[in-house]
Amino acid sequence: MIERIAYLWPEMTLFVGACVVMILGLSPNANVRRQTSIFTGLFLFIAAVLGMSTPSGRGTDWVILPELMPFAKPLIALVGLLLLLVMAQTVDRDEEAALAGGQPFNALRITGAEFYAFFLFSLMGAMLCATAGDLIWLFLALELTSLPTYVMVVLSGRGRRGFGRSQEAGVKYFFLGALGAAIFLYGFALIYGGTGATRFVEIGEHFAVHGMNPIALVGMVLALVGVSFKIAAVPMHFYTADVYQGSASSMAAFLAFVPKTAGMISILLLVSTMGWTTTEGTLPPVIDSLLWALAVLTMTVGNVLAVLQSSVKRMLAYSSIAHSGYMLVGVLAGPGSSFSSNGVAAVLFYLLCYGVMNTGAFAVLASLERDSRGEPVEAEDVDDIRGLCRTNPVLGWSMVLCMLSLLGFPPILGFFGKVPLFTAALGAGRVTLVVILGINSAIAAFYYLRVVAAAMLDAPAETGARDSGVPSRGLAALICAICVVALSVFGESFMRASQTAGSPRAFAERQDAAPPQLPGHDADPPHDAPAGADGTETLSLHD
Amino acid sequence: MTLALLILIPLAFALAVLLAPAERARFIALLGTLVAGVFAVFAVVSFDFGYAANRGQLGMDIDWLPSLGLSVSLGVDSVALWLIVLAALLGPLCVMGSWTAITEHRKMFYAWLLALQAAMTGVFAARDLVLFYICFEFTLIPMFVLIRVFGSTNRKAASVKFFLYTFTGSIIALAGLLYVVWFAARNGTGWTFDIEALTMAAYKMSAGEQSLVLLAMLAGFAVKVPLFPLHTWLPLAHTEAPTAGSVILAGVLLKLGTYGIYRFVLPFAPAAVVEYAPAIAVLCIVGIIYAGLICWVQTDVKKLVAYSSVSHLGFCVLGMVALNTTGLTGSVLYMINHGLSTGALFFLVGFMYERYHTRSMRELGGLASKMPIWGTFMVFFAMASVGLPGLNGFVSEFLCMLGAFQADAAWAGMEASTHGMPGATWGVLGPWFAAVAATGVVIAAMYLLYMVGRMCFGPLIEPAGHHDHHDAHDDGHAHLPPDLTPREIGVLLPLAALCLYLGLQPTPLMKTLEAPINDTVSLVRGSVERPDHNGAAPVHHEPAAGDEEGAGHETDDGHAGADAGEVVE
Repeated sequence: MIERIAYLWPEMTLFVGACVVMILGLSPNANVRRQTSIFTGLFLFIAAVLGMSTPSGRGTDWVILPELMPFAKPLIALVGLLLLLVMAQTVDRDEEAALAGGQPFNALRITGAEFYAFFLFSLMGAMLCATAGDLIWLFLALELTSLPTYVMVVLSGRGRRGFGRSQEAGVKYFFLGALGAAIFLYGFALIYGGTGATRFVEIGEHFAVHGMNPIALVGMVLALVGVSFKIAAVPMHFYTADVYQGSASSMAAFLAFVPKTAGMISILLLVSTMGWTTTEGTLPPVIDSLLWALAVLTMTVGNVLAVLQSSVKRMLAYSSIAHSGYMLVGVLAGPGSSFSSNGVAAVLFYLLCYGVMNTGAFAVLASLERDSRGEPVEAEDVDDIRGLCRTNPVLGWSMVLCMLSLLGFPPILGFFGKVPLFTAALGAGRVTLVVILGINSAIAAFYYLRVVAAAMLDAPAETGARDSGVPSRGLAALICAICVVALSVFGESFMRASQTAGSPRAFAERQDAAPPQLPGHDADPPHDAPAGADGTETLSLHD
Repeated sequence: MTLALLILIPLAFALAVLLAPAERARFIALLGTLVAGVFAVFAVVSFDFGYAANRGQLGMDIDWLPSLGLSVSLGVDSVALWLIVLAALLGPLCVMGSWTAITEHRKMFYAWLLALQAAMTGVFAARDLVLFYICFEFTLIPMFVLIRVFGSTNRKAASVKFFLYTFTGSIIALAGLLYVVWFAARNGTGWTFDIEALTMAAYKMSAGEQSLVLLAMLAGFAVKVPLFPLHTWLPLAHTEAPTAGSVILAGVLLKLGTYGIYRFVLPFAPAAVVEYAPAIAVLCIVGIIYAGLICWVQTDVKKLVAYSSVSHLGFCVLGMVALNTTGLTGSVLYMINHGLSTGALFFLVGFMYERYHTRSMRELGGLASKMPIWGTFMVFFAMASVGLPGLNGFVSEFLCMLGAFQADAAWAGMEASTHGMPGATWGVLGPWFAAVAATGVVIAAMYLLYMVGRMCFGPLIEPAGHHDHHDAHDDGHAHLPPDLTPREIGVLLPLAALCLYLGLQPTPLMKTLEAPINDTVSLVRGSVERPDHNGAAPVHHEPAAGDEEGAGHETDDGHAGADAGEVVE
């Protein structure tokens, strides 16, 4: 256990940060309270830096995707920084105004402290998912990711008209989230029952030696279905549109990235126990069909429903479902030896692309508000962004670029995210899946194009939206737009990083290299971490 | 390097247009396209048309995202070169043609027009598959904007239909192309997007794989051409687009489809092309006749010209799937000729529209008496489009049909003495295809002459209220004289001169096309004459098959395997 501390510095930083922020945010002094978001950003930044220097998991006996952590943790922290920019002033706007107007300070009415602390906790949970080496850890990490978001959804709508809707969204999200958690927890239990192990490495070795057994298979199916709630995959997607719409746009951006990343990482961890090697993927047929059905349904349902939406926010919610489907294609393709044939690397790279472009789109929405019956409400409809390129070029063009990128239009980032998914799936011989992915990308053109055309070409509506007066959101949108363009030119190092991160531990190869070897015995010569004690334990589990 | 400049110059000027004040936009755009034109001329001069050197010239190679195997790699053969020249020629003409037509959002218009030119040049110049695809797709955005913002009444629907049709098709084409890349990677070339390397590897695909790849690629390119029944977006887009948009669309963008077929479909899936050629040819012929008949009943002049494009491009693809040198040469010539004559027709319709604000033939007639210069040009370009001998259309149309006619097994037998030489006639169509397609020529003559007769001759008909409109000009349009201005004549004259020149002297141009076309033809042919499509080593495989008589026969006159088998039985 103790050796894992070396991997946990980013999480610990975030934990400390959350505690600090929680206290700062309760200060009666307005100047101190104003520092909460700055401190949140500071701790996130430190976590990102520490995350980059996370040691490799090679040579340890508990890390199943050895290089995942140095990729996933900085990714989560950096996109977290972008999200923080979008999140600014989501809560407490009215309260701060009232305090500035001379009302007495009441710590119970101020929610900034818990909001930012929960923000950090949730990001910490997502990072812990990447660190997870066993089922229990993974369960706790997933719950840590989700639990704060239930509260944040409600808080984000506080003090606005439509607070009722965000309360409804919070409750809906909580109950369905609990349902999802119950399902994957049950699955985890069955996996343990079927393999006698909770560690991914041991589960993987068990499958490699004894093959799949029915109990573990049922467990795996339940676990994957349950976790697919986090990535909003069909049929666990029902909450998505309502919850996104009920939350503030800034919160929706958070929901679209953080739980999804945690879920996607969990799926990668779970699936990589089942017969993945660095050369080719051979999933058990049931899991294969399950993932196939999930991927196809998720893409298609997400895209088709997105076409029907008139609200941009709901459209983005459904499109985020579709993007989960695209990523599942990468999971199905499985790992490979080069970036263009490695589905896992494609998923990780796509997460990066998706994080940037989706956050950008939500940031633009969050930056706009319009009057509705005398009260400012967040922009939501296509009408609100009509002619945005003329009225507000920065926001408008950011929207256009992010939308084109989400569409996967060449030569912008999203295209380079999608190409590896195509090539990896083709490389795995999944031609039908690629065709379905292609058709779905084409369907997606319909609704993204509508937004692009409205923002870029239409004349501004008379009752158009105006800037909501939070400059950091505009800044976030601008950064995302720049990244969307810049990463498509200089994305090479990220591609290489995701290729490294997407190479799973090779069970079969180790089996081939030394057939008579006992399963628990570590064949890798370099023992970076002191892992000797666990070897014997594994041995006893398999006997 | 020249190619890179040909792409970068329009882009740089597009930026300049955006930064400069709106009144200057058209001057900057004209300057930009003229500079690009000068470089295009320079490219032609420095191109080595020698037989052996005719590929991948004037290029450059820069790594871009090597993890993905992507590079900015440019280079052209003479086919691509002439298409680039065509795009570069139409560029300044489009700017001049829109001089007075575009009065609002000038910056946007000219910037996108220049970006479009850069993207089109990129398509023809790309030697990297993904770069090709990027440019191919990127042409959609400028065209979408041009139609959506500057089009006529039904522009929104037209722009969306245009975008969705072509985008859907090209994504499926991308899947097919990536399959080829992946296949090549598994079969020894390593992971590469280099088109030439892929060409060398792709023919090894099995017949089934080739058919799949062919269908996927056709989904993209046939929409763009457009082939019947995927043409429905075209009349709408053409009718709604502004004049310059229509000219570019007909002149160059449609050629992206035929170029794609030439560059990818034929070399990547040769066996499947041979198998599917009759089916594709039937689609072409149905398109030729069907679109021709639709033209005949049109009252909207622009729609008529648009449908005539569908009909004409049918000839172009027909020549291509004839799969012999004659047909392919005709087809490539057709790409250029159609760009010249149909582009000019769209200009003429646009100039007329600027004056009368209607395109309905019911409201117009006998305009030659009022606009003699316009009428002269109209008759001239209609004749070029019909295929009057002595003008450019005739040469290419004739070659396409001749190619289809000769692409027959029986004909190939007669030419057996020249078998193996790259110039020999060979193919899977036949006289029937040519004969039925030829009715399309008759129909073309009918509808174009009918249109010319109605528009130019007879009693003068002008739309009601035309004169009042002219007197009270307050909508910002420049006041135009009844007949063409020197600027408009300047747009049409170069096109007319080229139509005449290519009609009288097509040989020099055809000579430059020989090398790449012969390469393609022998590639397709070679892959089919290999009895084993998979065969990395067909020579070893053949004796092992045991059937000596059949094998011997195949080496004797070995064309299509089926053909040889028939004789044996």
